[in-house]
Amino acid sequence: MIGGGLLGLEAARGLQSHGVGVDVVHSGGHLMNAQMGPEGGAVLRRSVEALGIGVHTGSRTTAILGRDKVRGVRLRDKPDLACHMVVVAAGIRPNVDVAVSSGLAVERAIVVDDYMRVQDEEDIYAVGECVQHRGEVYGLVAPLWEQAAVLADQVTGANPTSMYLGSRTATKLKVAGVEVASMGLQGPERDTDEHIVFSEPSRGVFKSIVIRNEKVVGATLLGDSRKVAYLTQAFDRGLPLPEERISLMFDVGGPSEEAGAAELANDAQVCNCNGVSKGKLVDAVRGGFKTVSGVMDATRAGKGCGSCKLMVKQIVEWAADGTVEEEPSATYYVPGIPLDKPALMKAIRDQGLRSVSQVFAALAPGGREDARSKMGLASLMKMMLAGEYIDERDARFVNDRVHANIQRDGTFSVVPQMKGGVTSPQQLRRIADVAEKYRIPMVKLTGGQRIDLLGVPKEDLPKVWADLDMPSGYAYGKSFRTVKTCVGQEFCRFGTGDSTKLGVEIESTFQGIESPAKMKLAVSGCPRNCAESLVKDVGVVAIDGGRWEIYVGGAAGAHIRKGDLLATVDDPETVKLLTGRFMQYYRENANWLERTYAFVPRVGIEHLRSVIVDDAEGLGEQLDAAMQASIEDYVDPWRERADPFTPGQFRTALPLEVLPQVPVRADGQPMPQTEAGREAGDLRVTR
Amino acid sequence: MSTHAATGGHLLGPVDQVPVGEGRAFVVDGDQVAVFRLRDGSLRALSAVCSHRGGPIADGTLDRQEVICPLHQHAFSLDSGCSSTGAGPLRTYHASLDDSGNIVIAFPPG
Ligand code: FES
Repeated sequence: MIGGGLLGLEAARGLQSHGVGVDVVHSGGHLMNAQMGPEGGAVLRRSVEALGIGVHTGSRTTAILGRDKVRGVRLRDKPDLACHMVVVAAGIRPNVDVAVSSGLAVERAIVVDDYMRVQDEEDIYAVGECVQHRGEVYGLVAPLWEQAAVLADQVTGANPTSMYLGSRTATKLKVAGVEVASMGLQGPERDTDEHIVFSEPSRGVFKSIVIRNEKVVGATLLGDSRKVAYLTQAFDRGLPLPEERISLMFDVGGPSEEAGAAELANDAQVCNCNGVSKGKLVDAVRGGFKTVSGVMDATRAGKGCGSCKLMVKQIVEWAADGTVEEEPSATYYVPGIPLDKPALMKAIRDQGLRSVSQVFAALAPGGREDARSKMGLASLMKMMLAGEYIDERDARFVNDRVHANIQRDGTFSVVPQMKGGVTSPQQLRRIADVAEKYRIPMVKLTGGQRIDLLGVPKEDLPKVWADLDMPSGYAYGKSFRTVKTCVGQEFCRFGTGDSTKLGVEIESTFQGIESPAKMKLAVSGCPRNCAESLVKDVGVVAIDGGRWEIYVGGAAGAHIRKGDLLATVDDPETVKLLTGRFMQYYRENANWLERTYAFVPRVGIEHLRSVIVDDAEGLGEQLDAAMQASIEDYVDPWRERADPFTPGQFRTALPLEVLPQVPVRADGQPMPQTEAGREAGDLRVTR
Repeated sequence: MSTHAATGGHLLGPVDQVPVGEGRAFVVDGDQVAVFRLRDGSLRALSAVCSHRGGPIADGTLDRQEVICPLHQHAFSLDSGCSSTGAGPLRTYHASLDDSGNIVIAFPPG
């Protein structure tokens, strides 16, 4: 095999798999010298040799030996190499004869300017592998597409200013069974360039990244393609880079990519909520969707719990091979208003906007209302304006209109408040009576230490609340949900602090506070952590000596994350103060639907500690006051039972269908869902 | 509900039954119909049963173009009933107001 580039190695591997002994003769100093530097080449050489392919670098072929058939090749300054077959894969050179004889400017190829016009020629254009643009001759198809777009703009006159400025080429291939990706520079060129190298030849892994002015300007990855999608993006777009450079090469902490997008089998299920496979995502990309959200809309991937979004993004990026389009809307707080959160909040304040419809009128392009933006705006404005907010109910999601959580069959679940998970015989008796009276098909304990009454038709909600005579537990909103507690000091022989009391106080203080995403809290009475404080949005742990630890940003749902220690404080009052201050900072700064487990690592625990605990920015008082205003604005939404906010607020919207779809056995116990169970339900009529 | 003599449509009573920007469900001649009152005051009507998994369309969130089903967020055009998110289309009805502010629903021809 003459030539140790991409094609040469691939062909060598192909021949070898047909049982032929193969040697690669390469004139360059190392393999694939067009794509990578010498160190990478050396690692690649080891991997190729390990496959049983001989490698001769620095070997220029001067002759092919043999009269009637091939006997070998002659190398400059090296012994001859015997063989029965020679395959040449030594690169391409454009056939420029026609151009030369026509008198066009030709160097290595036809010389063109940024308009794809042949140098010094008014009416001759050229694109593709036969052209030389700013000294570069490209042998890949991607640059041709870019050139063709410019050519089209020029010859049609559609956009006379359209220019081709050269392509940044990134290649990603499997060469001779080895994953290879390379882009931009092979190594540092200036003294100030940063060069990060990782080499593990025994596993055939080599990674090299060149950074200039905080941007990736080159990278080579061999034998491990997991970070390729990310690096390609960083390279193409000049994305900001993490301070810890090592995370450019490896996944350190954070949501891991598990298996790289490339390795995943086509039929592997990516979105487990909506059953979307990798193949369907790839098809959507091939079908013309070029943005992550476009693919998500088209396939429904990531529209359930959302935990697969990162994987979806990586697959889309991989499938689109670096042509994913940036979505400007990625920074918007809500899709329908082209502003990020700080700008949106400033505009609302400056213009004195008080309702969601006013925001659309003032800030949306063309004053266009957007259903997908309403809920986020409603939450944000309530947080900002408290009592000043004009509450337009159509801006709310149905759960927030009827203060209950909608279920798969259109019925609702009712979770009364049970502060800190503490209840009483009277409450339990009332709940039992209600469950019987309204033939609640399912009564269940929740993970947040409360009781859930499931399968309540909308029109029964006001009556159910009236009979319960307990406040809402807010188990439906993007809001403060609940404080889980353990029994603590009072009863527990291990308890070091009164966790129950503190949990109840926290819940009484912050009940119903709306936020960008739900907030689940916990207080544990000792480091045994029976209330799971380490995996809560805010988790408090009593430790020996009467002190309390406050953790933030924990999660144990679709994502698992141990919270970061915000502070260790001496008394419950400080716990409450810092909890409120943290939640307010989160409310003001998190993106819509961004849980604390994403928010805390994004802004950094050190930063949070300085703002919230040390008050380094002097925001403390302001945050406390804003939270206090929200607290004072609290009204139990279940009070609307007696006086509906809108006409028909609790009128059924249920289709005429057999109900309930959570089937009930004759003994009142829920059954697993079956068709038979469905038939056993009763018929509910709309009016 | 009665048949509207003049138009041949079905009278559903006063428009205030439907708050601005929301929808409410009605039974019209045996059909489940979700009637929406847009913020510009105009009315739209679609089948009240989501084509995806039977969700309550009248409980959806809407703007001037689309309504989004509360169960799995499929979106449907208020004018054509077609889904922009890949669900099946919803049947559309003609909704209007009569002189005394009553909702009138007419079945599309065919
Ligand atoms: S039932 Fe309407 S979106 Fe699924």
